[in-house]
Amino acid sequence: MEFKVPTMAELMAAGEEPEILFWVGCAGSYDERAQKITRDICKILHHVGIKYAVLGTEEGCTGDPAKRAGNEFLFQMQAMTNIEVLNAYNIKKIVTGCPHCFNTIKNEYPGLGGTYEVIHHTQLIQDLINEGKLKAEGGESFKGKKITYHDPCYLGRGNGIYEAPRKALEVLDAQLVEMKRCKSNGLCCGAGGAQMFKEPEKGKKDINVERIDEALETNPQFIAAGCPFCMTMLSDGVKLKDKEQEVKVLDIAEITVRANGL
Amino acid sequence: MVAQILFLVITLAAIALFTFNFRKIIRNIRLGKSADRSDQPQKRLMTMLRVAFGQSKMVVRPIPAFLHFFVYIGFIIINIEVLEIMIDGLFGTHRIFNGLGGLYNFLIGSFEILALTVWVSCVIFLIRRNVLKLKRFKGVEMTNWPKSDANYILIVEILLMSAFLLMNAADAKLQILGANHYTVAGSFPVSKYLMNLLPSSEGALVMIERGCWWFHIIGILAFLNYLPYSKHFHILFAFPNTYFSNLEPKGEFTNMASVTNEVKAMLDPSFVPAETEAGKFGAKDATDLTWVNIMNAYTCTECGRCTSVCPANITGKLLSPRKIMMDTRDRIEEIGKNMDKNGPEHQDGKALLDDYITREEIWACTSCNACVEACPVNIDPLQIITELRRYAVMEESQAPASINAMLGNIENNQAPWKYSPADRFNWANE
Repeated sequence: MEFKVPTMAELMAAGEEPEILFWVGCAGSYDERAQKITRDICKILHHVGIKYAVLGTEEGCTGDPAKRAGNEFLFQMQAMTNIEVLNAYNIKKIVTGCPHCFNTIKNEYPGLGGTYEVIHHTQLIQDLINEGKLKAEGGESFKGKKITYHDPCYLGRGNGIYEAPRKALEVLDAQLVEMKRCKSNGLCCGAGGAQMFKEPEKGKKDINVERIDEALETNPQFIAAGCPFCMTMLSDGVKLKDKEQEVKVLDIAEITVRANGL
Repeated sequence: MVAQILFLVITLAAIALFTFNFRKIIRNIRLGKSADRSDQPQKRLMTMLRVAFGQSKMVVRPIPAFLHFFVYIGFIIINIEVLEIMIDGLFGTHRIFNGLGGLYNFLIGSFEILALTVWVSCVIFLIRRNVLKLKRFKGVEMTNWPKSDANYILIVEILLMSAFLLMNAADAKLQILGANHYTVAGSFPVSKYLMNLLPSSEGALVMIERGCWWFHIIGILAFLNYLPYSKHFHILFAFPNTYFSNLEPKGEFTNMASVTNEVKAMLDPSFVPAETEAGKFGAKDATDLTWVNIMNAYTCTECGRCTSVCPANITGKLLSPRKIMMDTRDRIEEIGKNMDKNGPEHQDGKALLDDYITREEIWACTSCNACVEACPVNIDPLQIITELRRYAVMEESQAPASINAMLGNIENNQAPWKYSPADRFNWANE
C-alpha cells in the first residue's frame, strides 16, 4: 500500500486516540478477495483524512459464525476477549467492513459490556458523501452503467439499513436497477447462519445460483455487494454462469475507490 | 320461553367448553421457559395496533391482503350483530337495537354488505386453495389435516354468512307481511335480492328465519370451540403475539445469561458467578423453548408466507419455517395431552428435535430472517431453529463436521479459517 495503515497499539504508544476504529473482520483480513476491499476502505479513510486505526493482530473473530451455529460459549469467549481489547483502547466508534461483524458488535456486544457507536462501511461512505468529503470524480466513470445492489441480510433485514448503500451508489449517476427480490424482501446469498463454512444440505439448486439468476435478469454490468461473504457467493455464481467478462461483482467500497481514482 | 332457556344452556355450555380448552392452551404456553417481554409497553401497543389491527404486513401481497381485509373487517364488525343476536336469544326480543333508529338501519345495511364481501372473499380463497392450487399452500407439512382445516374454516364462514343473509331476507319478508313479533327494523341492501327466492307463506318464512337464526348462532358458538383445534386460532392470538413480539433488530440473537456466568468464570478464575438454576443449553423439546416461541406456534395460521421466501426452501432443501411452527404446536399439544392423561411428570421419550424436526432442517437455515420479516403476525421461526442448534452444538457436540472444524478454528486461530493469528495484518503489506 502507498500509505501505512495505523494500528491502535501505535496510536496508543504515541499517546493518541483515533476518531474511528476500522474493524476489518476475518474475511477482510484473510480472504484474498476481501483483503482488496479492506485496503479500499483504508484508502477511503486515508483520502478523507479521518483519524482511524485498526487492531491488526489484536483483532479476533467477533464470534458471529459461532453464535449462528449455536455455540454460545465460543461466541461469548470471543466477544469478551474482544470487548476487553476495545475497552482497554477506549474505543468509542467503530466502522466495520462486514455486516456480520457490524450486527454482532452493534447489537450483541452491549449486553456483554461493550457499547460502541457502530456503523457499516456503506454508512460511512454515505456520511462522507453527505458531508461533501467524497464525490464521484477523478476516476472511472460509472455514468449510465447498469448496477444492481444485493442487500446483505444482516445489514438489510437484520438492521434495517437499505438506503445508505443505495445512496452511495446514487452519487455515481449510474443506472440503478433493483432485483425482483430486494430490500426487506431480498434473497439471501446463501452464506449466512454459518452456511459459509459448510456444504449446503441436499436440494435442487444452490442458493447463490438462485440469487445470481435473479441478478442476471436485470442485465447488470455490475453487481454491488456490501459483505465479504455475499461477495464470495455472488462471485462464485457469476463464475458458474460463465459471465465473468460481462458482469463484475464489486463491493461498494471498491466502486467508491474506482469512481474517485483513489 | 323454552327457546330462551335452550339458547342460554347452549351458550353457557359453548363458553364453558371454550374456556376449558383455552385454559389448556394457556397452560401449554406456560410450559415454556420464561422470557421477559414486559418492556416498552407503548412501543408494544403500537406494534400490535399497526401489525395486528392495521394488518400492515399483509399489504406485501395485495390480492390476499384485499380479500383478507374484508374477512377481517367482517369478523370484527359483524360481532356487533352477534351481540344483538345474543340479547334477542336470551330475552326473546326481536332486533333489540332497533331503538337506534336510522343508525340501526345503517348498521344492518353495512353488516349485509360486509357479509357479502366475506362470502365472496371466502369463495375466492377456496378457489385459490383447491382449484388454482397456489404453491404457497403446498409443502411436506401441508398434509390432509392442515388442508382440510383451511377448507373447513372457509366453508363454515360461507355457511354462516349465507345463514345470516337468508335470515335477514326471511325477516324482511315477514316484516313486509306484517307478521306478529317481526316489527319493522333494519335495511337489507343485499338480502332484499334473496326475498324472491323464499316462499311467501308466513309459517315457512318463520321456519326459515328461525332456522337460520339458530344455525347462525350455534354455528358461531361451534366455530368458537373449533378454534383451539385449528390454525384459525390466529384471529385471537394475532393480538397478544404481535404485542409480545421481538422489538430488537432482527439480526440480534439473545445472549444466554447462563453461558455468560460460565465464560466469565473461565476468563477470570476469581469471578464468583451468581446462583443460576442449572438447565440445559438450547432446546431439545418444545418445553425448552420460551413461552413466546410456543405462543408463536399457536398463532401460526399456516399461510406459508415464511416458507415461500425461505432461501433454503426455495432451492429445494427440506427446511420449511412453517413446518417448524406446526411441529412446535403439534409437539406441545402432545406434551399437554400426555400431562392430562398421565400426570405432569410423564415422559414419552419423544422430543421436538429428531422426532419432529430433523437435523437436516435446522442446518439448512441461513438465518437470513426472511421468514420473520414475511410473517404477518410477527412469528419468529428463526429463534426456534437457533435454540435447536444450540442444543445440538452445546449439549451434544453434534454439528456437521465442517461446522465443528470452523468452531475449532475460531477457538485456536481467532478466525473461522485455518490461518495463523500472526498473519492477520498481512493484508496491509501488499
